Order: sequence, then C-alpha cells, then structure tokens
Amino acid sequence: MQAVRQLGAGVLNMLQGLGRSSLFLFNTLARTPPLLLRFKLVNQQIYSIGVLTFFIIALASFFVGMVLALQGINTLQRFGAEESVGLLVALSLVRELGPVVTALLFAGRAGTALTAEIGLMKSTEQLTAIEMMAIDPVARIVAPRLLGGFISMPILAMAFSVIGVAGGYLVAVGLMGVDAGAFWSQMQAGTEFGTDILSGIIKSIVFGFVVTWIAVFQGYDCVPTPEGVSRATNRTVVYSSLAVLMLDFIITALTLNSL
Amino acid sequence: MPQTDDNLIDVRDLQFGYGERPILSSVNVQIKRGNVVSIMGPSGCGKTTLMRLISGQVRPQQGSVTVDGLSVPELSGGELLNLRKRMGVLLQSGALLTDLNVYENVAFPLREHTRLSEELIRKIVLLKLQAVGLRGARHLMPSDLSGGMARRVALARAVVLDPVLVLYDEPFSGLDPIGKGIAAKLIREMNDALGLTSVLISHDVAETCEISDYIYLLGDGTVMGHGTPEELMASQEPLVQQFMNALPDGPVPFHYPARPYIEDLLGVAV
Amino acid sequence: MQKKGLELMVGLFVLAGLLALAALALRIGNLGGVSVSDGYTVTARFDNIGGLKVRSPVKLGGVLIGRVTDIGLDEDDFRALVTMRLAREYNQLPADSSVAVNTAGLLGEQYLNMEPGGDDEVLKDGDEITITQSALVLEDLIGKFMFNKADEEADK
Ligand SMILES: Nc1ncnc2c1ncn2[C@@H]1O[C@H](COP(=O)(O)OP(=O)(O)OP(=O)(O)O)[C@@H](O)[C@H]1O
Ligand SMILES: [Mg+2]
Repeated sequence: MQAVRQLGAGVLNMLQGLGRSSLFLFNTLARTPPLLLRFKLVNQQIYSIGVLTFFIIALASFFVGMVLALQGINTLQRFGAEESVGLLVALSLVRELGPVVTALLFAGRAGTALTAEIGLMKSTEQLTAIEMMAIDPVARIVAPRLLGGFISMPILAMAFSVIGVAGGYLVAVGLMGVDAGAFWSQMQAGTEFGTDILSGIIKSIVFGFVVTWIAVFQGYDCVPTPEGVSRATNRTVVYSSLAVLMLDFIITALTLNSL
Repeated sequence: MPQTDDNLIDVRDLQFGYGERPILSSVNVQIKRGNVVSIMGPSGCGKTTLMRLISGQVRPQQGSVTVDGLSVPELSGGELLNLRKRMGVLLQSGALLTDLNVYENVAFPLREHTRLSEELIRKIVLLKLQAVGLRGARHLMPSDLSGGMARRVALARAVVLDPVLVLYDEPFSGLDPIGKGIAAKLIREMNDALGLTSVLISHDVAETCEISDYIYLLGDGTVMGHGTPEELMASQEPLVQQFMNALPDGPVPFHYPARPYIEDLLGVAV
Repeated sequence: MQKKGLELMVGLFVLAGLLALAALALRIGNLGGVSVSDGYTVTARFDNIGGLKVRSPVKLGGVLIGRVTDIGLDEDDFRALVTMRLAREYNQLPADSSVAVNTAGLLGEQYLNMEPGGDDEVLKDGDEITITQSALVLEDLIGKFMFNKADEEADK
C-alpha cells in the first residue's frame, strides 16, 4: 500500500516536473528572439559554454579515435581488412560516438556549470535583485545560456568527430602501417554526407538543446540553498545523460528506418 | 492619519502567510509622498515579507496593496516591470551580481534600461559610488568586498535609476557606527534632494528615529504602534517602550513559537 | 580589451566548427567526389532491380560516375524504371552502352555497372539506356540449381 502510494507520488512528481520544465522552456524560447539584437550576451555564453569545453572535447576525442583504430585493426586483421579501419573509425565517430560522447562530456562540464551558476544566483537572491531592477531574469539570464548551449554543442560534436579521425589516422597509418591512401579512400567511399554525417549533426543539435534545457531548468528550479544547488547539479548530470542515451536510440531508429 | 491621494503606498487590511503559517494579518500602512518612513520590529516578524508584498514578489491573501494608485497584486507582468522601474529596492542580502565588478554592478540597471552613452553612464555611476564612498573600489569584484561595502554598493545600485520610491531592507546592518551615521544621512539627503519616498526597514532605533518622518512598529504579525519618532519615544505602550528602549524583557517574545522549554528538556512525548 | 579577446575566442571557435564541417563533408565523407548535382539524367528499365536503392552508385569500370536518383514502376509493361544522374564530366558515353545491376562482393551492396558500347552518338539528358541486365537474385539461382539437379536425378 505504502509502495503503491510512493510510486503514484513519484509518477505525479515526474509529470509535474515535466510540465513545469516545458512551460519554462516555452517561456524562455519566447524571450529568445530579442537576443539577436543583443548578441553580445550570447557571445559571452558561447565562450563560457563552448570555448571552455573545447579543450576537453579535443583531448577526449583524440584518445577515443586512437582507441577505435587500435581495436578496429585488431579485429579487422582477422579478415585481412585492415584498410577498412578508416571507415570503421569514421562511421563510429560520425554516427554515434561524436554526438553521444560530446553530449555526455558537455553535460558534465558545461551543463553542471550552468546549473550551479543559475542556482547560486537564485540562492543568493541575485535573480530577485534582477527582477527588482525591472529586468526579466528569464530573458536576461536564462535565454542567452540556452541559445549559447544550442549553438555550441553541434560545433563541439563536429570537432570531436574530426579530431577523433585524426587520432585514428595517427594510430592506423603512423603506428600500425596501414596505407594512407586506403585509409582515406575506404572512409570516403563508405561515409555518406547525406545520411551518416547529417544524422550525426542532427543528433548533436538535439542533444545540445536537451542538455542545455535540463541544465538551465534545474538551476532555475532548484531549492535556493547550497544543498539545493548541489542536488540540482547532480540531477543535471543524471537526467541529461539518460536523456542523451534514450534520444540516441530513438533518433538512430528513426534515421535507419527511413533509409 | 492622512488617507488621501498624497499617500504613495497604501496597504489595507492585509493578510498573508507562507503556506499554512500566517505571517501578517490586518496590517494597515500608509506612506506619504516625500517621506522617509521606517518599519521596525523584532526579527522574523514579517518586515521583509511586507516589502515583498509592496514590490509585488508575493500576493496578499486578503486586503489591498496600492502603490502610486496601482493595485500591485492585480498588475500584469509588463505593468509590474514598469512600476519596478520607478522603484529602487535594496534587498536584505545586498545581492550584487557576482560576475560583475562594482562599477558594472551599479551600471547594470542603466545599461539594461537606458541607451545612455558610455560617458554619461560613467558620470552617473561615479556620482553614486562617490555618494557611498566607494568610488575608489570600483574595480573590485563583489567577492573582494566586505559585507558593509557590498551593502553600500547595493545602495548605490538601488538609486542609480533615480526612482520615485526606494525600499531599503536593513541598509545599516553590517555597517560600523560611522558608516551607519553616513548611510542614514545619505538616505535622508537623497530623499529630500531627489524628491523620493523612502521606506526603511531597520533595527537601529537611534539612526532610524533621527531620519524618519514616521515609524511603523510591527510585531506579532500586525502593526503594534505607529507615529512620529517623538510620539513613539513618548509612548506608554509596553511593546513600544520595550522596542524603542531595547529592553530585554517585555511583551515581545524572543522565541519562535514552541511548546514550553521544560517539556523539550524532559523529553515529554509530543 | 578583455571583451576583444572574448570575441576573438568565440570567432575562432565558430571557425573551428566550420572547418570541422568542411572536413566532414570533403575529407571524411564523399561530398567532394563526383558532383552529380549539375549532371544529366538518363533512365533504364529492368525486369528486376533486386536491392538497388535511391543513391546507389553508378559505376563504369569501377569508377563512380553517378547515382540512382529515382526508382519507379513503368505502369505499361510493369518493369522497374530507374532514373540515374551522371556527372557532367562523363558526357561522352556511347548511346548504346549497357547497364547491369551488380553486387559488390558476394553479399555486398548493389550498384549499377555500365558497359560502354561502340556507338558514335553519345548519351544525352533524358535518354533511355535500352540494353539492361537485371539483378541476379540469389534465391532464384539456388532454386534453378536445385531444379537442374533434380532433373539430372530424374534422367538417370
Ligand atoms: N520564503 C519563505 N517561505 C516560508 N516562510 C518564510 C519565507 N520567508 C520568510 N518566511 C517566514 O516568515 C517570517 C517572516 O519573515 P521575514 O523575512 O519577513 O522576517 P523579517 O521581519 O524580515 O526578519 P529579519 O529582521 O530577521 O530580517 C519568518 O518567521 C520566516 O520564517
Ligand atoms: Mg528581513
């Protein structure tokens, strides 16, 4: 009986949270167009969300690419098809690992920072102060961050794929002696821009939007105490990671079916 | 007590509570244009809450709040923003924006609401910072300020748009005795020079009495007494006496409502 | 000055994104290969196209010369009508060239393989290639093989 009631309360809570965050999203989106006239605000956010995350992404992707190449060659050698390693690295990165790993790192680095920043502004009454200065905090604080995250994420994901391929090239061609020409030509013959690459880019756009949305909402909705902020930060990581992995499945299923 | 149109703020039969717990009930406050009016009362009696009601952050459960002829609880989002542009608010915590330095904090409302040239903004900001004695600290970040300095910056920011009405929530807390005196004088002078109306929440009886035209004493969720400083000082009412003379014993309860201490100590079952 | 630095970094960041996009399109993908967007279109009819799809490659001697752009059914004779777009640079193909549905490897992807003819006339936009060879359908082959075997057995 107790368990049923708790389950019911949990579901209700979740639905309520979903409703609140959707309303919040609509409110924020409605306040986004005026930002195009004040792009400086967005610039600042692209800097702290995108540029500062770039170096982590670059480093991570390089290693991911190298590991992919090592593992790929190891397996492909059995079939005498080492030349295909370029294709394997490129397809894995462009279709899956680029958008997904970038989104997970993005949630951990930029998402938590966004939640903590907005949450702290709330708990120290900065948001109230802004409101008292007759400024809408959603328009001034939240909307530029949402837009900045939305713009940054696809750039990061594309960089991830390209740098990862470079890492794979280094290992395959430089270390394992795969022919450079074969590496590239196999990759180019097998990677379609219209399907593989575009679906990766679409994924990264969706992920960027969802992760940033979760991050700013958790910050804005948090209990305004230090503990509340830390919990909200926690939730940002958990919710965005789950959302990214679930959406990845859905988008993959949709794009593969439409072929 | 005047009740005509020269009241900038008119609070009538106000009742409010967070959730179940009632905080304020049947509160009546009238604030005349051009006056410095203080709201005093023991900690936790609802002074900040009253300010939230006046600035439209929360809505009353009963009664009316009128500012400059506008019924605050009934204003739409846009109308409320317009009203707030004419209202300066100093929050109890100061609440400076932590990612901007002192100068930018004071300039913030100007940049958001006006299209003044950089030169003019600089003039206004330095003028306000000079008034609170922090012109030299304009490059510091909020994290590098002492509590009292942060409060003075917030004070400068609250008046930078030259509002009609300024609400100060405990402007003296965290200031040394000299600072208190200066801040009190500043509030009075700005009020008279710029033709403002000021509402002041404070615990400092001496400073408050010196600069206020009128004082409301809150306690027990309602108005316990009001009058000019002289009237209150001369009042024979026990609560007023206790507060104005800072007597530790009297009708004002120091404790948050609780069952008798002895019961807690003895661990009597709830 | 600080603001300038920030703008510069954001500019570099966006530039990196554009470069990455270009690298994805041209170096990793094959958008820079044959550009069929400004090519010419020819059609061909097949009894059976097997697993041919829109965007399947059209090759000549193993070289990619175009892509399938549309697959339909001719309502009159119920044959598959395949439309393909060939790159502008390969506009000297003889008009009597033939085209076959081939499979890359035993179980690989299917593509159109073109065999050049000897005609002096060349294929032009809107032409139809008349000599075609359908896809080999593995199930049919196996079926035939079994059937023959059974016949042989019966003859004995
Ligand atoms: N957001 C809130 N939710 C629930 N209760 C609150 C909230 N804010 C204040 N209270 C309660 O309302 C009462 C009045 O609070 P308020 O902040 O108005 O006091 P105050 O008179 O400003 O006190 P102080 O002089 O200490 O600042 C307190 O007992 C407090 O517990
Ligand atoms: Mg208070």
